Amino acid sequence: MSSDKAKTPTFQESAKAYLDNTQLRRNIGHATHTIRDKREQAVGEMPDWEELREAGSNIKQRVMRHLDKYLVQLEKSVQQAGGVVHWAKDGKEANRIILDLVQQKQVEEVVKVKSITTDEIELNKALAKEGIQALETDLAELIVQLAEDEPSHILVPAIHKNRAEIRELFKEKLNQDELSDRPEDLAEAARLYLRKKFLSAKVGISGGNFAVAETGTISVVESEGNGRMCTTLPDTLITVMGLEKIIPTWRDFEVFMQLLPRSATAERMNPYNSFWTGVTDGDGPQEFHLVLLDNGRTNVLADEVGRQTLNCIRCSACLNVCPVYERTGGHAYNSVYPGPIGAILTPQLKGLEDEGAASLPYASSLCGACYEVCPVKINIPEVLVHLRGKIVDEKKRNGGIKQKTNQEHIGMKLMARAFKKRSRYERAQKLARIGQGLFVKDGSISNLPGELAGWTAMRDLKPIPEQTFREWWRQRDE
Amino acid sequence: MSDSREKILQRVRSALENVPESESPGDVDVSRAYRQEGTLTGDELVTLFAKRVGEYKATVKRIKEEDLQSAVSVSCREQEVEKLVVPPGFSKNWLPDWIQPLNDDPGEPLSNQQLDASDGVVTTCALAVAQTGTIVLDAGEGQGRRVLTLLPDYHLCIVREDQIVELVPEAFVHFEQSVRDDGPPITFISGPSATSDIELNRVEGVHGPRRLEVLIIS
Amino acid sequence: MKLSLFITCFNDTLFPETGKATVHLLERLGHTVEFPLEQTCCGQMHYNTGYHEEAIPLVQKFVDVFGDAEAIVAPSASCVAMVHEFYHKVAERSGDSRLREQVEKLVPRVFELSQFLVDELGVEDVGAYYPHRVTYHPTCHSLRMLEVGDAPLKLLRNVRGIDLIELPMAEECCGFGGTFAVKNADTSMAMLGDKIRHIKDTEAEVCIAADNSCLMHIGGALQRQRGGVKTVHLAEILASTETSS
Repeated sequence: MSSDKAKTPTFQESAKAYLDNTQLRRNIGHATHTIRDKREQAVGEMPDWEELREAGSNIKQRVMRHLDKYLVQLEKSVQQAGGVVHWAKDGKEANRIILDLVQQKQVEEVVKVKSITTDEIELNKALAKEGIQALETDLAELIVQLAEDEPSHILVPAIHKNRAEIRELFKEKLNQDELSDRPEDLAEAARLYLRKKFLSAKVGISGGNFAVAETGTISVVESEGNGRMCTTLPDTLITVMGLEKIIPTWRDFEVFMQLLPRSATAERMNPYNSFWTGVTDGDGPQEFHLVLLDNGRTNVLADEVGRQTLNCIRCSACLNVCPVYERTGGHAYNSVYPGPIGAILTPQLKGLEDEGAASLPYASSLCGACYEVCPVKINIPEVLVHLRGKIVDEKKRNGGIKQKTNQEHIGMKLMARAFKKRSRYERAQKLARIGQGLFVKDGSISNLPGELAGWTAMRDLKPIPEQTFREWWRQRDE
Repeated sequence: MSDSREKILQRVRSALENVPESESPGDVDVSRAYRQEGTLTGDELVTLFAKRVGEYKATVKRIKEEDLQSAVSVSCREQEVEKLVVPPGFSKNWLPDWIQPLNDDPGEPLSNQQLDASDGVVTTCALAVAQTGTIVLDAGEGQGRRVLTLLPDYHLCIVREDQIVELVPEAFVHFEQSVRDDGPPITFISGPSATSDIELNRVEGVHGPRRLEVLIIS
Repeated sequence: MKLSLFITCFNDTLFPETGKATVHLLERLGHTVEFPLEQTCCGQMHYNTGYHEEAIPLVQKFVDVFGDAEAIVAPSASCVAMVHEFYHKVAERSGDSRLREQVEKLVPRVFELSQFLVDELGVEDVGAYYPHRVTYHPTCHSLRMLEVGDAPLKLLRNVRGIDLIELPMAEECCGFGGTFAVKNADTSMAMLGDKIRHIKDTEAEVCIAADNSCLMHIGGALQRQRGGVKTVHLAEILASTETSS
């Protein structure tokens, strides 16, 4: 996460505007429903899907509980295979390390494979400041970069753009006079433009989906082939990876390489998977650097309930089934990681003092659809509620007068008090029944004050009936 | 920088204070109840592989080994391939006479420009996975270094029937020892390159060979 | 059987008809129903909103009230889910090992109504009569947390006279989510809009669910829109007979 101290807007504030964006609603609604159905089909083919999920979850748990040992083992394996390992405490340090490496090669342009981790640390910006252009080679990332925009989905970052917009963008930025808006033609234009870049690039930067501690092997999972280009053609390859991406052994790939493609793009296998181990003479980059990134991950690790968040293999299945994400899109989360996983990862990485980040655990109705599809069984609803608990605890500790006079806080305290004692509870029921009189019109409540106004803005509320259940019961007993 | 290494490891260790000292990684149970081996054999297995690769819009043909040279000839004519990249160790007997081979020699490797200007590449493979229609390359004999199958626009791949396994775990078992020992680069290819970014239409061919053809020999 | 009714604070105050229906239904099936008056609230609202400390005394109270009961039945999937999924966590937070034990012993005896009827009693036909066109919304708590499966549908299919229409995209969340409906009212309404559209597509007169919380949200919007569809809790449908519907 960038270390800028500017206040991020809350989800609630941002969502409103995006909900009104009809093109976004149409695009994302269509896209998520399409991928959702395809995923179900791909998963439905697998009689051992639940067993694979269990294994994936167990393997990740094993890694997280012994992450220090695996990190040390990974470092040794990569070094033995001819690679260099760097450690970065935060994004700033990672960017400095990468900048140094790139400057040593004296180039002004590097080619990049899509990596959300590099978005997280804002690598491109850091390089650009020193006059180095990091060219995105993933088609959607290229679109987002040319448009000077931000990605809105983990897997399909340009999902918020339609083909007409993309055509205009390519015509302008890639100097294409005539260009149709057919997807094939748009892809061809991008291919030709990028090919020149690939062939002349001296430095490639990638992320890594998995890193094997046992052998030092890194993998890149992709569809287009730009990953292969960036990790094969340049002389120097730099891979930036969160330290949670480790898997113990080469064999463990058999689990994740089944879970990821079906969960992400709903395919039995995605077109290209590259597995490289350090440096190979006469084949590909002769210099390989692995940058291991913390940037808050150790904070997530320290939280026993939150730790499972690090299982994430970035498939985006949770985004595609989330009824909130489907309607607000990714930008409403104001974070590199949107959707259900973003709602738990971002607050833990950024810290709960950030108001925007602290609003994310509430950006959910706790429906649980995400947990159902998570290939590594992250219990997202459990972590959401856990984080809400931490947020409230934090507010109570440091919120001062503002917290003590907060409507919700007062309401919760009063209700908790009432619920603790039957006589108080019954009195509260009667008081509410009397007090509602102010608000009941023609047998319905349509206008509530304060924080409850959100309800009646769009819904009626049934008044409290004349007799509670327990009053009926008592009467019945007599 | 090694200072960062120590700081990070320290943070990791204190984050894991609740994990008992006595616990080793192996103590964390990993349930492996998923399928590890397939049940299909013989013709069923080959048929499944051919079907799955075909679904990715690759061209698939099943032939006898003795017909291989003429099959390569037919395919190259169909694809208008004359300048064909040939990896070291690829059997020259399988190449038709009229082809212009661009031999990639370890001593004299082809330049990227030459590869880019070629019409295609022919290789064998290390293994194939039927369930997912995947071809696996490990840069071995007859396959060559990775760039050979990346820059040319057409990839003709020879797969022997006995190289086909059914399930993904069987593929990873196969390479376990060689990855531990030599760490060769391994590439899984499951169809031609594709993208589905723009309005989720699957568009074939962005980078990498846009045409993939598989000849399965018995 | 001797059954203890957990009415839930929600139903007690706002939907007493659901409670009455549950009592009549269980008695009709030959069971004795007792209602411990000391009960108040399961603590779900506090817990889900992040007020975990406040939930502790509520969990303790629940355990004290129902500790000796043979079986506790509640016409609310979300409250039962709270007990099953989170009570042990609240007990852990309290640091009180006795409470932890009490929770552990109690949880297996707490049932949501439809699960109790179908899975525990093995009853799918409760002798109900409800001659209306209806549709059923599977609430997220019942569907995903409690995994009641098709117990409610099995029960509804056996209701005489009923015209049960399948709800399109039934498993999609209605957008209630407790305080989410207020804190993120805009998104909540966007979700509700689609749920209502699907309900209206069935041309049903009544929308049924196992949770009055969701029904209050769905019904509230239907009412505001003068939608012409009403919401009724599952218990009330099942309690309905020729003489009472």
